[in-house]
Amino acid sequence: MTAAAMPAPYEVPPPFVNYRFDTAYDEMFCSPGVPRDCYQSLHRTLVSLPPHELRKSQQAADLTFLHEGITFTVYGSKEGTERIFPNDLIPRIIPAAEWTKIEKGLTQRLTALNLFLRDIYHEGRILSEGIVPRELIYSCKHFRREMRGLNVPRDIYVSVCGTDLVRMPDGNFVVLEDNLRVPSGVSYMLANRKALKRVFPTMFRDYGVSPIEQYPTALLATLRSLTPENCAYTQDPVTVLLTPGVSNSAYFEHTFLAQQMGIELVEGRDLLVHDNVVYMRTTAGPRRVDVIYRRVDDDFLDPLCFRGDSILGVPGLFNAYRTGNVNIANAIGTGLADDKAVYAYVPAIIRFYLSEDPILPNVPTYLMTDKAQRKHVLEHMEEMVVKAVGESGGYGMLIGPHSTKPQRDEFRARILSDPRNYIAQPTLALSSSPCLIDDQVESRHIDLRPYILMGEKVTLVPGGLTRVALRKGSLVVNSSQGGGSKDTWVLRAGNGDERMAEIGEEARRPPARGKPA
Amino acid sequence: MLSRVADGLYWMSRYLERAAQTARLVDVEFQLWLDQTPEAAAERWKFLFEALRIPAPEGVVDPTRLLNSLVFSRKNASSIVCCISTARENLRHVREQCSSEMWGQLNRLYLEAVDTWPEEAWMQKSHAFFQTVQEGAHLFQGITDGTMSHGEGWQFIQLGRYVERTDALAALMEAHFKRVAHPVDQAVESAEYLEWVGLLRACVAFEAYCKVYTAEIRPLRVAEFLLLNPDFPHSVRFSVDRVNAALHIIGDLTERREKQTTRIAGRMRAQLSFSQIEEVLAEGSHTYLENVRSECAQIHAAIHQIYFDYSIESELAS
Repeated sequence: MTAAAMPAPYEVPPPFVNYRFDTAYDEMFCSPGVPRDCYQSLHRTLVSLPPHELRKSQQAADLTFLHEGITFTVYGSKEGTERIFPNDLIPRIIPAAEWTKIEKGLTQRLTALNLFLRDIYHEGRILSEGIVPRELIYSCKHFRREMRGLNVPRDIYVSVCGTDLVRMPDGNFVVLEDNLRVPSGVSYMLANRKALKRVFPTMFRDYGVSPIEQYPTALLATLRSLTPENCAYTQDPVTVLLTPGVSNSAYFEHTFLAQQMGIELVEGRDLLVHDNVVYMRTTAGPRRVDVIYRRVDDDFLDPLCFRGDSILGVPGLFNAYRTGNVNIANAIGTGLADDKAVYAYVPAIIRFYLSEDPILPNVPTYLMTDKAQRKHVLEHMEEMVVKAVGESGGYGMLIGPHSTKPQRDEFRARILSDPRNYIAQPTLALSSSPCLIDDQVESRHIDLRPYILMGEKVTLVPGGLTRVALRKGSLVVNSSQGGGSKDTWVLRAGNGDERMAEIGEEARRPPARGKPA
Repeated sequence: MLSRVADGLYWMSRYLERAAQTARLVDVEFQLWLDQTPEAAAERWKFLFEALRIPAPEGVVDPTRLLNSLVFSRKNASSIVCCISTARENLRHVREQCSSEMWGQLNRLYLEAVDTWPEEAWMQKSHAFFQTVQEGAHLFQGITDGTMSHGEGWQFIQLGRYVERTDALAALMEAHFKRVAHPVDQAVESAEYLEWVGLLRACVAFEAYCKVYTAEIRPLRVAEFLLLNPDFPHSVRFSVDRVNAALHIIGDLTERREKQTTRIAGRMRAQLSFSQIEEVLAEGSHTYLENVRSECAQIHAAIHQIYFDYSIESELAS
């Protein structure tokens, strides 16, 4: 391109020389060099800061994470390997109006999913009416027959939910998956905020960011509102957090939440069941437990009821639960509703129970049990993302465009041998956001995991964990697969950008490809 | 408080105290070793191992390797690096019970001691290394006192520290008395002087001793100071007083005032409070110190049985 052909002489500010655009929605720029309204002040700061300042801030933040032990454990690598969860200093900003829509959409979704779980484990109306196929539910790995007919407090099965959202090229958020079993990551959301407040105090104040620090208090209130009626101390129920132990990848989070909520962090070996009542072993003798916020999977909770070889659980816990002497949050068997094949039916589930249209749409999903859909997927493997239905954490998936032929052949064989266990989705262009990579600002793909609490009422703290695929071009944001995270700023109404209407318009302007900002 | 948590805090504290004690002792010995002939040095090794309550290796050994095994060896569970990792591991298991500042400090000490000291280079910088460990432990104690609520958990930390300190002090003095002449009530010189000053330094007691008795080193007074002084934090009597106090408070907090622990600790305390150093030495320092150590072991066993590993059936039946 000659200089004459350039539309306007535009000088790229130094930290942005490596910034590239592709077809994805860009969180910061509406067109090259032109930041969206809510990003303008941040853009100015980034341009004005000398690169070594940014590097210094990043190093300081990394050191804080290391010293405070904000780490996670990587499975399958050297025993007990702790890594810091990479944190990116450039915040992701969400205007108030966009957040309001997310909040409404997620509340609607979780309300419907709880009604769905209640129905499945009781009358099964949705099955009788043929909205969701019966065989899909009964073949689900996480369906727990033991839960049939069991009444849980307030009929709430999922009280803590982390739903993954991604932003499509048109600027709208869609739901990628629900995490209804033991969603993690909320401690990183809080840790990121703490780090950012230290690094950019004045910018933080000027932006008018909604606070998220109340999350632990809200979580405790949610758990307490789910105390079973049988409990002797309904005024002051004894709530504990059950962790699998120090070698679990989210152990830091367990300790953090227990400390912030001021409740005991217990392991299976600290609890015992006597006459269908759960006790913990304390220095002052056994003490009764009323509510268990468990971070242990269903399979490992009770060796008498589920996996007999589990040493993480408590023998007799399920009977105590069934008797109504203790509540377990989330309930057992909620994994049914985040099965990736059941996911495809969530819009129908919302319509069935609430008679409303879903506010946040799903990603189109191909069920491998359907012959025509399977044929289509197998013919277009290199365009698809294939996922095992019961897995999480980015394990057991194939990203078509980034896969090799042997990998695709392997997944083809797997799909054919067990079609119920797989689904496919078109490869999404996850939105991209500026990230600090080696002193330069580059664009990386991100998603968003807000946390929804449901007890006496529904609570969403304004924000969530924005996960970043730190490898260039990568679409996998999971921490176990080399992802990182960044702080998420939801602006207070009346601050920053509220011009929701214009966002759609900005997005329609196609960004130029491969050109620096 | 969860039994497992109390157990974790207690052991964390014991291990950290042990790491600091080993660092102090090896540091002092290393300095003395520089002044000595190889023959005398061989004897010192035996003493060092005995004072640290570790079985001494047989035959002729290479001093560098020995020092290494006391400091870095992963095989020796009492090496400084092992003690610090175990202390950290214990605290990691009960992290939500301590303040973030405490965890931050212990984690920093661990990273400094374990990661940044290459084994080859440490001989040159050994003093700085020992200094790091001791300062790290002191800082941890200060942070603990300043940021953690002085409730049950804190009391278990106190208990761990002072049970460990009592036992370590008694073992050190026992080993020391074995190799020196009977302590006399007059000033000593040259080699013997160095030994007694070494003992004081290994207990960070040299300056404190001088404040009470002046810089004139009389063995009898050194023995009296380390064993019976009620005000100095590294004396046996002070440590036993703290063990006793912590046991009483924990007994009150848990409403489990157990005769077993309070009786043993009370007796130890009474003995130390009302003993005269001349009597102790007349009775035989060895017997006396053996007794202190055996009572420490009994207290440890009783704490374990009452607070950490009691029988659930009998508890729920009553």
